[in-house]
Amino acid sequence: MGRIPRKYLINRLITLALTVLIAASMIWVIPRLSPVDPAEIALGRMASGAGAVANAEEILAQLRAQMGIDQPLIVQYFKYLKGALVFDFGLSTATFPTPVSALIAQALPWTLGLMILSLVITFVIGNLLGALMVWDHSPKLAKVAIPAAMVFTSIPPILSGLLLMWIFAAKLRWFPLTGAYGLTVDPGWNWAFVQSVLHHGFLPAMAIVIVTFGFWALGMRGLMITVQGEDYVKLAEAKGLKPRYILYRYMIRNAILPQITAFALKIGLLIAGQVLVERIFAYNGMGKLLYDAILDQDFPVIQGVSYVIILITALSVFIVDLIYPFIDPRIRHEGG
Amino acid sequence: MSEPVLSVRGLKVYYATPDGDVLATDDISFDLERGETLGLVGESGSGKTTATSGILRMVSSPGRIAGGRVTLDGEDMIALSDEEFRKRRWSKLALIPQGAMNSLNPTMKISAQIADVVRTHTGAAPDRARVLELFQMVGLPERIYEMYPHELSGGMKQRVCIAMAVALNPTVIIADEATSALDVVVQRVVAQTLAKVRDALGVSMIMIGHDMGLMAQMVDRIAVMYAGKIVEIAPVADMFARPGHPYSKILIESVPSLTERRPMKITEGITHDPRNPPEGCIFQLRCPHVNDGCTKPQPMRELRPGQTVACHRAEELEGAHV
Amino acid sequence: MTSTDHQAEIAADKAARKRAKRMKRFDNPWLNPKLIWGAGLLLAIVALGLIGRMLWNLELVYTGSTPLKLPPLGFENLRKQPGVLDYPLGTDGSGRDILALIIMGAPNSLFVGLLASLIGMSTGIVLGFTAGFVGGRTDDVIRVLSDVMITIPPLLILVVFQSAFGDVSLTMMALLIAGFVWQSPTRLIRAQVLSMKQSGYVQMAQLSGASTTDIMFKEMLPNLIPYLFGSFIASVTTAIVTAVGLEVLGLGPQRIPTLGRTIYEAINAGALIQNLWWWWGIPTLLLATMFIGLLLINLGLDEVSNPRLRKA
Repeated sequence: MGRIPRKYLINRLITLALTVLIAASMIWVIPRLSPVDPAEIALGRMASGAGAVANAEEILAQLRAQMGIDQPLIVQYFKYLKGALVFDFGLSTATFPTPVSALIAQALPWTLGLMILSLVITFVIGNLLGALMVWDHSPKLAKVAIPAAMVFTSIPPILSGLLLMWIFAAKLRWFPLTGAYGLTVDPGWNWAFVQSVLHHGFLPAMAIVIVTFGFWALGMRGLMITVQGEDYVKLAEAKGLKPRYILYRYMIRNAILPQITAFALKIGLLIAGQVLVERIFAYNGMGKLLYDAILDQDFPVIQGVSYVIILITALSVFIVDLIYPFIDPRIRHEGG
Repeated sequence: MSEPVLSVRGLKVYYATPDGDVLATDDISFDLERGETLGLVGESGSGKTTATSGILRMVSSPGRIAGGRVTLDGEDMIALSDEEFRKRRWSKLALIPQGAMNSLNPTMKISAQIADVVRTHTGAAPDRARVLELFQMVGLPERIYEMYPHELSGGMKQRVCIAMAVALNPTVIIADEATSALDVVVQRVVAQTLAKVRDALGVSMIMIGHDMGLMAQMVDRIAVMYAGKIVEIAPVADMFARPGHPYSKILIESVPSLTERRPMKITEGITHDPRNPPEGCIFQLRCPHVNDGCTKPQPMRELRPGQTVACHRAEELEGAHV
Repeated sequence: MTSTDHQAEIAADKAARKRAKRMKRFDNPWLNPKLIWGAGLLLAIVALGLIGRMLWNLELVYTGSTPLKLPPLGFENLRKQPGVLDYPLGTDGSGRDILALIIMGAPNSLFVGLLASLIGMSTGIVLGFTAGFVGGRTDDVIRVLSDVMITIPPLLILVVFQSAFGDVSLTMMALLIAGFVWQSPTRLIRAQVLSMKQSGYVQMAQLSGASTTDIMFKEMLPNLIPYLFGSFIASVTTAIVTAVGLEVLGLGPQRIPTLGRTIYEAINAGALIQNLWWWWGIPTLLLATMFIGLLLINLGLDEVSNPRLRKA
């Protein structure tokens, strides 16, 4: 047992490859449809620094060669795809000549850390609360308090972020306003740093958690109501199994399956929402990198960041799909 | 006769609706003797399944147990706390469900679903040998031990349910239309398995169904239900030879016969509003022998030893055709 | 039976009857309170935009048309200036009236959401029915394409687009977003078509000689309506979230006031630290109201399509 059907695996791999290819192509094509010439932007930046630039034409040509935009489009495209495979997106134009990949490597761990923390916590808590809303044996409080907390659902995390920031950072000063860690601590594996990171990460994570757990809770509620009416749950009750065991093994275990699919479908939107939260908290992640790049019209960075985030999304979906046959035995045997 | 193993007195299960309670099971009483099989028959909607869900305390909102007493092995089941009753479930009172197709958890192996009920009630999980012994008893192959429900046929799932029901040697088993979802051949085979297991273990059983032919072969006594009430209880031989209630007669004559073609004597469906049953006999609106006396209350009374009936004209109609 | 038992029974009977009465009140599932409240909130925002345009001086959205950073009526800012009746919701850091800003801005967000979803939904419905009915290769292509597109976050593609093209109109933004909200209606309809093809009543209609289009529009569509509405509301939400996200990044339309852009300007001007809460807070509140309204509608629609959710 425990084998993933080959047909299913191939299907998912094709979807993964297509997703990355299509997204990467869109990111490449769109800027090339625009009349803006990145070389001229770079030149303009130089000019504003130095006052005037002599033999501008020569420098422009040089810049174009450096950026690789003097070559035929088709060559550029395949070079870009080849580069994307190894995370080589060229050099940042704003912080020339830093490689884009170096900037991303710096920002990525922060985003991944925040993402795993907030998305996983939200998924677990949300589904558990949704299940408790339906379960006959849950405390009365659960059935009153959870729906009340649900009001925030579907508000984008950027708005909840602003609110939390204002209340807990600007007004109460319980948490720092911005940043991912304090300026006075040394980055590294020391307690002061870890503490600072947790302290800084709390509000951004909460901003995501309070508005997204409700989404899972609502979905779970509907699924639990359906599962509750299933014959196998009624038989489990007749068997005299302990209520808690029925809840986990018979109800949640079956109701969670569509939620996991929904997680895969929703993950892109959730990550995009998180990027915005990072931006308002000036959190040292991909969101801030992206925002700074937008301000600087730094296209290689915008492309690189978008590509990596889409890749993370597609990979998460792929991983969820790979896990799925292990949690739903029906897929394993039918080959999906 | 000795003390009955299960005794039901005045059980009422009502469902709340905006226009008043539906009296799904209204004031039914019967006894189940030790080692006996009692058949509970009646058309769809007559309250058979509701009655058993009352006995099993599995009535869910908007339904409720509105009154009555269920005594199992001398213990009042309705008065027990939820937790105490949970401990009695399956170890004393097991169920073979209607629709075995969906009665098994799709994400658990067959063996695990048998093991969990044993573990819950005895504290120790059964070993592989015990599970295989149960499989063998109901004619299931060893290979399904590691299988999931979706890999099994309908008949096999039903056998799993039978194996599960006898896993703890319960005092009483309720078989709720255990075979009616299966096709005719499989139905017979599974019914035979059920009878074999019952005889081997000497368990008392309530069999619910509407197949009078099957009942005739499987049960010792038959209770006939109509619109939430029991209208007649009789030993199976008497029920077929000398049914006392006009409705029982109709049910028995509706069993198709090869030698004789008879038109059906009754239309389908219960005619009165189940929220507002008529005064007196529950069957009066459809009974071919109705008279003025039928609007008086019709208590169950003894027609002959072992046969009780809720009809004041039972004696005079004896032998008469419907 | 003892008398206390009897009383308890009577009480239980009463409670059951009360519950049953409550059920009856919602006999028409389309009149459930969630749906009404949700629609009410959205209508209030539309009304704010429409009636506001007639009653309020919209010239006040221009930079420098008001004093700077005045608080709403009844509050005081850090410089101890009180709010004034001329600018009841306060003014921002570049001299614009917040009330005028939200009157102009609030309908814009809804407009983008509705337009994007209308286009997305229409595409989705056509593709979904096509995939479900035609099947085969067509179905494969549509399915894979929607599988692929559903995982790409629209926000990032739009970020790339808008940073490359600079200023983009509301309509253009809606069109771009529409490219990302057709997938879930497509999947939904495809799945429904496939399952309904199997279900009894469609087969019955087929046997009785109804044509395919008849079956599609007379038998299947009516059953899909609550789901489609739900999907529509969900895509309106996605579209507005994406649009607001872009605006908050400073990438939305530059020349028309939008709620997201107001928030962007507030954050950039340090409104959080300066305690100018009305500047970002009022647009945030309005957007939150919009999202809560959409959520309530969605929950209400869930109750229409899944009666089991209706029990209190």
